[in-house]
Order: sequence, then C-alpha cells, then structure tokens
Amino acid sequence: MSRVLTNIVLASIGGMGIALLGGCEPGPKQSTQVGYRGAGLDQIVDVRHMVKTAAIPPAPYPLPADGGPTAGQTYQNVKVLGGVSAERFNHLMAEINQWVAPPEQGCAYCHNPANMASDEKYTKIVARRMIQMTQTINSQWSPHVQNVGVTCYTCHRGNAVPTNKWAMPGAQNPNSIRGNRYGMNELSADAAYSDLPTTGFGDYLAGAKNIRVNAHTALPVGRMTGASVQTAEKTYGLMMHMSKALGVNCTFCHNTQAFASWSQSRPQRVTAWYGIRMVRDVNNTYISSLASVFPAYRKGPQGDPYKVNCTTCHQGQNKPLGGVSMIDQAPALKGPLVMAAAPAVAPAAAGAVKPLAMNGPQAAIVKK
Amino acid sequence: MALLSFERKYRVRGGTLIGGDLFDFWVGPFYVGFFGVITAITASLGTALIFYAASLGPTWNPWLISIAPPDLKYGLGFAPLREGGFWQVITICAIGAFVSWALREVEICRKLGIGYHVPFAYGFAIFAYVSLEVIRPFLLGAWGFAFPYGIFSHLDWVSNTGYQYLHFHYNPAHMIAVSFFFVTGGALAFHGGLVLSSVNPAPGEPVKSPEYEDGFFRDTIGYSVGTLGIHRLGLFLALSAGFWSAICIIISGPLWTRGWPEWWTWWLNLPIWS
Repeated sequence: MSRVLTNIVLASIGGMGIALLGGCEPGPKQSTQVGYRGAGLDQIVDVRHMVKTAAIPPAPYPLPADGGPTAGQTYQNVKVLGGVSAERFNHLMAEINQWVAPPEQGCAYCHNPANMASDEKYTKIVARRMIQMTQTINSQWSPHVQNVGVTCYTCHRGNAVPTNKWAMPGAQNPNSIRGNRYGMNELSADAAYSDLPTTGFGDYLAGAKNIRVNAHTALPVGRMTGASVQTAEKTYGLMMHMSKALGVNCTFCHNTQAFASWSQSRPQRVTAWYGIRMVRDVNNTYISSLASVFPAYRKGPQGDPYKVNCTTCHQGQNKPLGGVSMIDQAPALKGPLVMAAAPAVAPAAAGAVKPLAMNGPQAAIVKK
Repeated sequence: MALLSFERKYRVRGGTLIGGDLFDFWVGPFYVGFFGVITAITASLGTALIFYAASLGPTWNPWLISIAPPDLKYGLGFAPLREGGFWQVITICAIGAFVSWALREVEICRKLGIGYHVPFAYGFAIFAYVSLEVIRPFLLGAWGFAFPYGIFSHLDWVSNTGYQYLHFHYNPAHMIAVSFFFVTGGALAFHGGLVLSSVNPAPGEPVKSPEYEDGFFRDTIGYSVGTLGIHRLGLFLALSAGFWSAICIIISGPLWTRGWPEWWTWWLNLPIWS
C-alpha cells in the first residue's frame, strides 16, 4: 500500500473516531448506587445535561386565610369549589391565570368577562374537570404523588395545553403496507428515540392491559403461551418512555437480572406501578370524558383528546419540578381527604396491593 | 526430555527484558524468565484470594460465587477487604499476571527472533479487561463501576450496565465491535475452509498451491489479498473486535449517560435537514 493511501486510511479512521465522539457528553458526572455493589445498579447522569428544575412562579399574592363566605355563596355556578372560601377561590383563580391561561387572554381564556358564571367557553368546562382530576390525584393517588401532590403547574408550566401529550396514532390503510410503520420508527422522545413502538400508550396508559411479557420458564414449555414479540416491544417502548420521562435508566426500578421480580426491584417500581394506574385513571375518567367538549383542534388524528403520559408531569426529572411541592399554595386542590395516605408498601407485596383509588375512587370525587 | 524440533531455535540464551541470565531458564519445555516468575506469583496469589474471599461468602456454588468491587462511596480509594478490598487486590494480581504473561511472550519472540505480533494481539485482550476494570471505573471516579468476579454476577453486571443506557444495541462502538466479531468468525471459517479445500484434497487429487486461489480472485475481482495479506486482515479484524468492545464500554458513562438511542439524535439534528 502506498504511503499516501495509508495516510488517507489512517486519517479517515481517526476522523471517524472524532465524529463518533461528536455527539458525546464529556462533562462531569454524578453517580448514585442503587443496588448491591458491583451489580451494575447505578444511575449516572451528566451534570451539564441534567434537566434542571424550572423556575417556579411565585404566588400571585399571599394565600389568604381560610374562612369567610364560601365561593358557592359569593358566586354563581360554582360546581366543584363551592365549599372553598371565596378569598381562597379567587387566589386559586389568580394562580390558574398564571399557571395555565395565555397571558394575552388571562381570565378571558376560560370566562366570558361580561358573565364570569357562564359555561359558554369549552375551556371552562375543561378547567372544572381538571380541578376535579387534580383533587383526585392529590387525595386518591398519594401512593404515586406522595405528600408532594400536584397542581395545574405540574403539567401546564404556563402553557394552556401541556407540552407533553399523546393521542391515538392515525389510522393506517389496512390494505397497504406503504407508509405503515406499525407505530414504530417514529424517532420521538416518546420511545427515547429508539425504533420501538409507542403504541404501548394506548394499551397501558389508556387501556387496562397488564405488562406480562417475562417468561416463567427458561425455555418454551408445551404450548407457546408466552407474550408475542409485538407485546414485548410495546412494553419495551413504554419502559423507554418512562425512563426518558424520569431522566433515569432501567436500574432505577429494576434489577435487570429479573425484570418482573418484585423482590429484586426497588420501591420506586411500586411508585411507578401506581403511576401507570394513575395515568390510566386520568386519561379514562377525566380526559376521555371531555371528548365531546374539546374542539377538533384539541384532538388527535383519531378524534380522541390529547392524553397524558409520564413526561406530561415529570419532564425529565424523577420527581416533577425537582420534588418541590406547590400544593400548600393551592389548598383547594388537595381535594377531600376521605382516606389516610397509603402506608409505604414493600416491593415484595406490591403485586398484591390494590391501589387505594381502585377501591372506589368515584365515591371520593366531589360532585355538586 | 528430548528436544522438540523447534526447541533448537527456541531454547537459546538471551532476549530477556529484565533480569539478564538470572531467570533465563526452562521448566520442562516451558520458558520461565522474570515475567514467568511474576505471572506464577500473581496468578497463584490472585486465585488463592478468590478462593479465600469465596470462603467468606455465602455459597460454594461455583455459579453463584461472587467477589464484588467496593461500594461507590469508596471512590478510587482502598476499601476494607471484605467490602471490595479483596476485589481490588485480586484485580491488581490479575493485571500483574496478564501483563507479565504478555511480556514473557515478548521475551519468547526475542528468543525466536520473530516480530511482536502475538504479544501485541494478546495486549488487546488485556486492554479490554483493563478498560472494564480500571479505565472506565477511573473515568467515572469509583472502583464500584467495575464488574464482579463471579460467573452469574458478572453477567448480571453486563445486563444492568447495558440497561443503564436503555438499549445498548444502539451504542455505535458496540455496533462496530459486534460487526467485527461476526466478520472475524466468518473470515476464519472462510479461510479455514479454503486452506482445507486446497491442501487437503480428495484422494487422488493433487494438493493445490495458493496460486489457484490468488489466480481465481485476480481473474474475477481483480485483486487477491494473498497468503500473507489474509493473515494481516485476520489479525486486523480480530483485534478490531476486541478494540471496539473496549471502546463501547469506555464511552458508556464517561462520554454518554442517556439512552444510547438518543445519541443518534446528532444525525437528526444535522443542519442539513433540521
């Protein structure tokens, strides 16, 4: 080989190496050990690329003391927050103005300024239902949201519609394979940029399917009763989504030696298990119930309203907003405390424990 | 013991890197040398420590014995023996044994008057081991990132460490390494097949010279890598497999902490179409 050719080959190999490093993160790392030493159970994050907690907006004005006439006595057509004091009701409205409504519209985003009690704007119907949803999350889903709770801001972050949402994918022509991706290869953050399908959202975050893809035997025994490749891929896609949403890797919850084993999982997996069911409840009980209220431009290609997934709240952090609780500034969103907070559940018991909200969530929702 | 046919060339004085004539001796047909002595000491000590550390563990089941590195909290410092210290000493012994063995190979090369290709190739295996147990833990700042010494436990480490990047098959260096492993296996099979087909013909058939093969390839594709070149190619393919394996784990953590699929967003973000 001539010297020139050798040099060209060496230069291209070196160039390839540099190109490979081009997309990398050489900065300082932060590591956390999440399991027995040497088992590879670690969280490693690049400090510079970590999702930082967004600036949390200050309260519009100090929270007024409770008491005095209620919103129901003061205003007309208050269906959910009628029992809240009028002062605190106004405070919450000011917060919603700050957290959700576009600044140029303000109160008029939901209300007719000439008749605040009117339900003529669809956004007001939606907001009312979302307040009920928030109250349910805070009062019924404490196994997932703990004592931190959620407010409108957890998802909305100042946007009228939360940035991260999903809807059922557009229908494919069943008579053609052209353009049919079977929900895969979309290269979106929803499957952490893998080719894995995001159709798991429909199955697990709206539908009530259980994740049951691990085999119980080392080899297929008898009839092929195991999960299909498609089911496994949907599950993997969903798990990629959860990891990306929380800014963690698989070992945050699982010991990958046995994904399904609760006894080898961390307590975080129990929180996530409740989270899947909480998201399902939010999507089915609250968002889908608004299908007739939302205008077409607030719906996906199949006409279903945009729904929530893990990213909607978490946005790259394992605790949304870095674990900062805003609920004390909006006590009306805590909802009626009909049940004590769930006791900590050991992973070993997780499979058998029913979430509180499944023991009769409807009974707890305030409907007036 | 009778001299083997090659021993007249091999069993010669000199060529040592260290120790002069002091360790320039044989045990039976085996050359020892300074590095042979070091290998014997470090390998025996390391193995004995593995057995001792195993005796302190909960099991003698050979699949389940595991000697794990320290917790991350010890960083790059020493850990108490029973909390990863044994792993540290065993690792030092292992590296001592592997490197000494490579240097003993160098001495044998010098005695034979041949090139250093064999110790060079073996050096890639050492590099892969050192990448996993020293370089990557060093870059991440704790010995606890290294894999444990156990048959099942090191496989658990591989699984968990892979899943730290959500989907390890998207690791570009892993892709290159896997490709080289496959190509190496394929190339070895083709080369072995070709040699057997030409020099081990059916009864009555003459043995064919390499010119048959060279002529065939020159006629059909205009180029034959040749009898020497095929071995250069084989060495390149095999060493590349080991080299890129080492790279694929060194970059996982020190240079990339998110899911490997996401690394490819640089392609989507190229200014040409983004």
